[in-house]
Amino acid sequence: MKIINEFKLTLDSRSINESFARVAVAAFVSQYDPTTAEIQDIKTAVSEAVTNCIVHAYPDSIGKIYITVKMTDEGLVKIYIRDKGKGIPDIEKALEPLFTTGKEGELSGLGFTVMQSFCDKIKVRSKVCGGTTVALFKKLNLK
Amino acid sequence: MVELKYDSDRKSLAAVIIGEIDHHSAEGMRDKIDEAIYVFKPHKIILDFTSVSFMDSSGIGLIMGRYRTSRYHGGEVFVKVKDERIKKILSLSGIDKLVSIIGGKNEDNK
Ligand SMILES: Nc1ncnc2c1ncn2[C@@H]1O[C@H](COP(=O)(O)OP(=O)(O)OP(=O)(O)O)[C@@H](O)[C@H]1O
Ligand SMILES: [Mg+2]
Repeated sequence: MKIINEFKLTLDSRSINESFARVAVAAFVSQYDPTTAEIQDIKTAVSEAVTNCIVHAYPDSIGKIYITVKMTDEGLVKIYIRDKGKGIPDIEKALEPLFTTGKEGELSGLGFTVMQSFCDKIKVRSKVCGGTTVALFKKLNLK
Repeated sequence: MVELKYDSDRKSLAAVIIGEIDHHSAEGMRDKIDEAIYVFKPHKIILDFTSVSFMDSSGIGLIMGRYRTSRYHGGEVFVKVKDERIKKILSLSGIDKLVSIIGGKNEDNK
């Protein structure tokens, strides 16, 4: 499988950028003629991962969010969303549906569950105080 | 954006959500709906998602939070949805056990 195109974006962890981030990734992927459902799936998953950087990785400060999108010749979209924030101590637990460290009661703990259900595969790598990378894989049905 | 609609005796409140729900936009929506709930204590709160064009898990948080705010005075929450994707996100959360999900207009022509 060969990478045929790549796109990188660095953003401030400001909540106003949530919409911009998902639209930018969707615009890049749209060049490959995906279905509306595939684009919506990607937008939803990207929104979850980017929001997590803003809310959890950099809770009291503004940091950078690094997004890389790679397109393969077989229509596999690989999206990497990375931060240098506080990290996840227990990834397995964080992935459990309804698990949240959110205090204000407005978080449902479903971000990772949504990413998993709208992507073909997700991978999480994290280091406490070192940051987190979420990889989202989505296969397009190329026409 | 949220549009609030009350019935004549203000016993029922409909919050029509228009556009995209993410963590950024949900904050303003939450404040506006909660203020109305606190002031009018409606018996019935309808969160109308039929004009939502995008939603991530922040939409679940928005519903769960309003469920909690309404519970204090015994208000009941209804969620109106027609989009299949939004229904799927709602079903992941199990929120349908706390609030009543009602179908929107275009229910059967998906
Ligand atoms: N980038 C990140 N950096 C640090 N912690 C994270 C990061 N992403 C997720 N987490 C941790 O994993 C938990 C679960 O994340 P998930 O997105 O599933 O739920 P949530 O963000 O708490 O709620 P929701 O996404 O439903 O609003 C978070 O509460 C947080 O503790
Ligand atoms: Mg989240």
